[in-house]
Amino acid sequence: MSLWLQQIGRQTLHRLATLGRSALFLAGGALFIPRLIFSRLFIQQLFSTGVLSLLIIIVSGLFIGMVLGLQGYTILVDYGSEQAIGQMIALTLVRELGPVVTALLFAGRAGSALTAEIGLMKATEQLSSLEMMGVDPLRQVIAPRLIAGFLALPLLAMIFSIVGIWGGKMVGVDWLGVYEGAFWSNMQSAVDFSDDVLNGVIKSIVFGVVCTWIAVFQGYDCVPTSEGISASTTRTVVYSSLAVLGLDFVLTAVMFGEF
Amino acid sequence: MYSRKVELAVGGFVLLGIGALFLLALEVSGLSLSPGKQTYTLIAEFDDVGGLRPRGKVSLAGVTIGQVTSITLDRESLKARVEMAIDTEVDYISTDSIAVISTSGLLGDKYVDVSIGGDLETLENGDYFYSTQSALNLEKLISTFATSQM
Amino acid sequence: MVQASSQNFVEIRDMSFSRGDRAIFDNVTLRIPRGRITTIMGPSGTGKTTLLRLIGGQLRPDSGHILVDGHDVPKLKRSQLYDLRKRMGMLFQSGALFSDLTVFENVAFPLRVHTELPESMIRDLVLMKLSAVGLRGARDLMPSELSGGMARRAALARSIIMDPDMIMYDEPFTGQDPIAMAVIVQLVRLLNDAMGLTSVLVSHDIQESLSITDHLVIIADGKVMGEGSPVELRDHGSDFVQQFLQGLPDGPVPFHYPAGDYTEDLIGGGGR
Repeated sequence: MSLWLQQIGRQTLHRLATLGRSALFLAGGALFIPRLIFSRLFIQQLFSTGVLSLLIIIVSGLFIGMVLGLQGYTILVDYGSEQAIGQMIALTLVRELGPVVTALLFAGRAGSALTAEIGLMKATEQLSSLEMMGVDPLRQVIAPRLIAGFLALPLLAMIFSIVGIWGGKMVGVDWLGVYEGAFWSNMQSAVDFSDDVLNGVIKSIVFGVVCTWIAVFQGYDCVPTSEGISASTTRTVVYSSLAVLGLDFVLTAVMFGEF
Repeated sequence: MYSRKVELAVGGFVLLGIGALFLLALEVSGLSLSPGKQTYTLIAEFDDVGGLRPRGKVSLAGVTIGQVTSITLDRESLKARVEMAIDTEVDYISTDSIAVISTSGLLGDKYVDVSIGGDLETLENGDYFYSTQSALNLEKLISTFATSQM
Repeated sequence: MVQASSQNFVEIRDMSFSRGDRAIFDNVTLRIPRGRITTIMGPSGTGKTTLLRLIGGQLRPDSGHILVDGHDVPKLKRSQLYDLRKRMGMLFQSGALFSDLTVFENVAFPLRVHTELPESMIRDLVLMKLSAVGLRGARDLMPSELSGGMARRAALARSIIMDPDMIMYDEPFTGQDPIAMAVIVQLVRLLNDAMGLTSVLVSHDIQESLSITDHLVIIADGKVMGEGSPVELRDHGSDFVQQFLQGLPDGPVPFHYPAGDYTEDLIGGGGR
């Protein structure tokens, strides 16, 4: 019994210590961000986190939008209000699916790559060798990746939403024959810029910070062996997904809940 | 490797993202770029607003001419006081016009439909509608229908 | 205050360091003479690499002093430490070349971050160093295209690009074929003499190390077992030093991992 309690205590302390370390790490890395805007390092990272994730984001966005159009139509047509699919698709994407699905895909595509890359740099002593050259790895390696991730996810989420709405319009209007004027005007009267679009963007910024933070920290903190790197990569995807879904509920409650 | 290609791709990516934001703002949420359309306020009191909400459409002959800005309860008359922002261009709503709460489709959104009267004088900023017609309440309708059948 | 004698580039005094409950170093005192090649030897797992990291300030000792050219490393502020590190080079076991940069860019890296030199001068400096390690022709290769020995030489060129005062080699001979090993042995000696460097080697390859070293430190079990020139140590009284230098399989370091009585283990063995 006391052993069991001790185990709980030790685990808790260990988790807390890791959390503290990761917070310090984030603060340390963020300190360098202002000096890095538009530096080569940052642009290089924006390329590998943002541009390279573009394909998966566009393809998934298109399909999700098309599915929304199809499902929305079959449900709404029974009530004769199939013209409302415009607002249904737009609101679902802008408020929820855009930020959330993008963040999940980002964690899988860019997050795992970040963890593996940094873990490998640690395992091959590249991080140590930077330190020994008098270059702070937080500045050279971590900060550019942090800022690139912070920026890439909101951009990707907005692209995802637009592509999704376009996909929904393709199915609803071009294929199933919903009147296009009603599709757009319903959407425009239902979607509010600050309540819906901006809140969605805020969500995606929060997810961007959390996902990148987790990915980069897991890489930096990994056990520098092959097993350690693969375990950290898995943890990045699992933790990011859980954090995104949990935070999404909290943010939704704060932003859209009426109490 | 670091090269022009990377820079170009990143530039394109950022532009794409910003373009998406613009599309979301203009096409999806219908935000207008021309700074705040000039509007004036009209007020109507309803017995029952039944599901009308702020930001609901105000239309005249099916054309949107403004939107509902606030819905409050009037202390004295115990009616719902609906304030609407109407485009300034639409300055020909006669004083005897009626504001009607209608539904688009069977279950669609509630909106305020204005039916124009014949008076020569027009409503101005802060004026009240002469007459209103409340939301069609489906349950009331059914119960009236049921009792008259008996 | 502790004062460093000018003869020694690095002095470690009464330094203790532990990882978790395990003491890696226990009141260690040793010196690394200026302008010489010092080899730190010891069985695997005695924390030789840890010692280099302590000198480089990547780890902090629990107590004691680590003086590098008169600076007490554990007490330095972050910025001072980074300045001091510009005067130290370190060759990691794996080479630790940046895998996304070419050999040329790898060697040029410290110059690019620390200096504002014009491109033509960077090019000249990099080519000089690459030529010194014999890899001028390999400048456009990526690290993944290099053999282990070449990667280590490229990394060596990178560690000397800033003309450091001291260079630390972490296991430079491990896993090299005889030719590559001979090349590195020769490079260590040549660089030390030509650039007036202080060199520190961590190794357990006795023959190669003895052939070039001026000063030898043997550590085991967190203590310094012997320190001096190779000749002095050859006649050292300690059994451990003799076992280590002659490479005997049994001695103060037993062949057997600590275990219970052998016969009892065989006869009484129920489960495992």
